[in-house]
Amino acid sequence: MAKPSPELKKKPISQSYWSLVWWRFKKNKLAIVGGILLIVMYFSFVAVPEFISPYDLERRSEYTEARPQTIRFVDQNGKFHLRPFVYGLERKVDPVARRRSYVENPDRVYEIYFFTKGDPYKLFGLIPADIHLFGTKSDDPAASVFIMGTDSLGRDYFSRIMYGGRLSLMIGLIGQFLTLLLGSVLGAISGYYGGRVDIIIQRVTEFLAAFPDIPLFMALAAAIPAYWSPILVYFMLTVILAFVRWGGLARQVRGLILSLREREFVLAAKSFGADDSRLMFRHLLPGTMSHVIVIATLSIPGMILAETALSWLGLGLRAPLTSWGVLLQESMTVYAIRFAPWLLWTIPFLLIVILAYNMLGDGLRDALDPYGAR
Amino acid sequence: MLNYILRRLVYAAIMIVLVSFVSFVIIKLPPGDFLTQKVEQLRARGDRSAEARIEDYRIRYGLDRPFIEQYVGWVTKFVQGDFGESFEYERPVKDLLGERLTMTVILALATLIFTWAIAIPLGVYSAVKQYSIGDQIISVFSFIGLGMPGFLLALLILYFAITVLNQEATGLFSQQYVDAPWSIGRVLDLLNHLWIPAIVSAVTGTGGLIRIMRGNLLETLGQPFIEAARARGLANRTVIWKHAVRMAINPLIVILGSEAIPSIITGNALVSIVLNLPTIGPLFVESLRKLDMYMAGTCIVFFTLLLLIGNLLADLVLAWVDPRIRLE
Repeated sequence: MAKPSPELKKKPISQSYWSLVWWRFKKNKLAIVGGILLIVMYFSFVAVPEFISPYDLERRSEYTEARPQTIRFVDQNGKFHLRPFVYGLERKVDPVARRRSYVENPDRVYEIYFFTKGDPYKLFGLIPADIHLFGTKSDDPAASVFIMGTDSLGRDYFSRIMYGGRLSLMIGLIGQFLTLLLGSVLGAISGYYGGRVDIIIQRVTEFLAAFPDIPLFMALAAAIPAYWSPILVYFMLTVILAFVRWGGLARQVRGLILSLREREFVLAAKSFGADDSRLMFRHLLPGTMSHVIVIATLSIPGMILAETALSWLGLGLRAPLTSWGVLLQESMTVYAIRFAPWLLWTIPFLLIVILAYNMLGDGLRDALDPYGAR
Repeated sequence: MLNYILRRLVYAAIMIVLVSFVSFVIIKLPPGDFLTQKVEQLRARGDRSAEARIEDYRIRYGLDRPFIEQYVGWVTKFVQGDFGESFEYERPVKDLLGERLTMTVILALATLIFTWAIAIPLGVYSAVKQYSIGDQIISVFSFIGLGMPGFLLALLILYFAITVLNQEATGLFSQQYVDAPWSIGRVLDLLNHLWIPAIVSAVTGTGGLIRIMRGNLLETLGQPFIEAARARGLANRTVIWKHAVRMAINPLIVILGSEAIPSIITGNALVSIVLNLPTIGPLFVESLRKLDMYMAGTCIVFFTLLLLIGNLLADLVLAWVDPRIRLE
């Protein structure tokens, strides 16, 4: 007799909503890639940029606007080395253009080591450390490893991008969190109570929508006093981003609550004596969450870009703070694009983050509706 | 219908009043704005002509009167066409905006026609030939366009133009043609500069339109009246363009009003800054950066007015083409 196939032995198990979501999400390869990318990026840019970058954020070298040093495995004699190395930089003055520039000198070889000692820093802001992911071990003070070149003050651009990512990525998260808080609470109140409260909140959202959002962002950001401390400026910018954006979310939440409000489970909860706030926040709002999460994920890139654009224009974060927008300030002139194009390295990082969020959000949208037909 | 129009008009009028008030608050918001600085500077000089200038400013902008009175004064002048003075340029805001208005509108209209002329046919093609190779390619492109911020794309294309083509294609004209009279050379030069903004708007402006057109048309094509039209023996072309597209294009009217019309004067400020285009957008950003607030405030009022007008027009046109909305 043939054994019963394993499928037959399985009992039908009931699946919770979230396990269905996960099961569905797993099938979307693009979304998984997006999610992993984001985890990796957030870990390296937000948690440990000090470790990954070879130099300190403000460490200046004598090489100003130096070209990136190519990481090599094959030396000038055609010999292959397992340990990667870079050539040292040599200053050269172009007599015609009257410009200083740097060329690689194949006679000076600096090997790249992993987990080397370098500039001291505090890991997670607490633990003193001086180990960096990679760097040179040479005693030569002229040794350097600038894989993405340096800026006009001779600071390693790769390190600056790593550090800058922290503020840029966090503003997206914090701003979105504030938007979510404002939008869902006000949307829920508006939808649940209806009547006068509803009318007021709806008119306010309509009023906010009457302004074109980018000019409104800019005008409000310009109003942040220049003498405020950088942290306060950062915080205000987040608040402005959230303030301009909560309206759309509130309207969506309101619509969902309106339809949920008439369902039987609400009547059941009411008959058990649940009060308004319990009904709203324990029974109704969770029902809108899957929808809200998708909207939130898909609008984080917009927040990150808004900060980038504002800082890039000089209306957002300013010099002692380093974000990707602040870094872009330097690369916006035709001169910079022609003579220091490595300052555009910020853009690929930004694009990857945007792409990753879009892939993840798209996957979530499909996955969070597991009962939907597909 | 008349009732509907009246309601919308009253609503728009209330909005305009509120918007103007908030714009004035924004003008007054930044501490240490240009006007205050100017007065401080003049006061430091302390001579008689400076005192006279301060006195002049005080009367003109009502500096010592309460906020509400200042606001009313500003609105009255605004309606009469006096938008105040740009302190940076020491010229009336009206003249500065007027200089750039023509170029801004021409560029924006060109962009608008260009993007729509690309997006609508592509969206229709994508829907009619769903899942074909052409549809797949268009979809990938429109997704890229949706996620790609215009100013970053402009920077990247500029990089390409400078390093690979060795062409510094910012602005609208090369040096020797800026003030030259129109000639074949000048037109060619203009085209030589226009291709970057054209590509930027083709990539970033069309993505959303293509997706919406495709989605709507797919939905419409599945409806019974399309089948009925086909059963009547109408040509495929007639069914698609006269019956399906005619229905599916309605939501795009809303977009035309709420996004396209405002963009006529805003343009894409960020892209304009990267590419150094002589439009109002860069002027606005520059005025914010310098806290030249009468200039910035005037821009905001106009941007918002255009958005309101756009929405109003969209609502009216929609009510006109779609009788179901009127009955609400």
